[in-house]
Amino acid sequence: MTVVLTPAQRRGLSVGVATGLYGISFGALAVAAGLSVAQASALSLLMFTGGSQFAFVGVVAGGGSLGSATAAASLLGVRNAIYGVTANAMLRPRGWRRFAAAQVTIDESIATASAAEDADEERRGFWAGGLAVFVLWNLFTVVGALVGDALGDPAAWGLDGAAVAAFLGLLWPRLRGRDPVAVAVVAAVVTVAVAPVVPPGIPIIIAAAVALVMTAAQHRRRAGSGAVRP
Amino acid sequence: MNLWLWILAACAIAYVTKLVGYLLPASWLENPWVSTLSHGVTVGLLASLVAVNTFVSGTSIVLDARVVALGAAAVALLVRAPYLVVVVVGAAAAALARLAGMA
Repeated sequence: MTVVLTPAQRRGLSVGVATGLYGISFGALAVAAGLSVAQASALSLLMFTGGSQFAFVGVVAGGGSLGSATAAASLLGVRNAIYGVTANAMLRPRGWRRFAAAQVTIDESIATASAAEDADEERRGFWAGGLAVFVLWNLFTVVGALVGDALGDPAAWGLDGAAVAAFLGLLWPRLRGRDPVAVAVVAAVVTVAVAPVVPPGIPIIIAAAVALVMTAAQHRRRAGSGAVRP
Repeated sequence: MNLWLWILAACAIAYVTKLVGYLLPASWLENPWVSTLSHGVTVGLLASLVAVNTFVSGTSIVLDARVVALGAAAVALLVRAPYLVVVVVGAAAAALARLAGMA
């Protein structure tokens, strides 16, 4: 049997491999912070949003209260609400599918869907990216929690470089025309500018807010001198 | 036990956050502003994720092997390499830069 994958599905699986392997570092960090293997796995299965998970165990490891760990994780997850609106607009899932789609609404599934060429590819990219990351992230969380640092530092294998390339590759096709390039450059500069002065995870939310305002201004300008109301 | 309760609470908040966008009425989503703005926000989020993954470590700005990965990936994209090749090039560039002694 030959399985032929569409471009969006191939991108989704690639993102899944690049991101999923990082589950090793999460599992190892979670156990080092004092969580059991089951608790580390529960976070990957149920929370399933890497930034929030790292924030939760990071606060616990740093001696912070469980309440502040939960607050940090929740704040980092706010961008997923924006992703939910984006995915809902693109995919229009119905019935139970929306509850399944919500769980795999993360950076990687949205990015894969957004980079797709048409509506069918958006849908395939979303599910391929979301499910590939879900399976591999949970698998490697268990591996990381069980063997911990015995496998070594994922960074030594260049996996952080893979993450950089993965996100750049997803951004690239969207940079057609001056407006999106301007939004991307400003968002990146704002991110780096505020990163030293706000907690981890917040720069992305600030960049999203700036992108929102810029896009609204660009849209208004294209629409003519204020003739079109929002 | 206390730790379990907080973990489950944090997971519930994370899931509800994700679900909110799916429960909005369809008419609200048909407004052209919604897709325009959500596309713009997506570009901003992706650019921000690239910046965070390249230059940020915790709350510090760090120039390390990840910058080499960014450059290598950009070159791969310029020559229209397939997506998986771009990802592998990024990983290889970071690993080689570390092998050469970079942080």
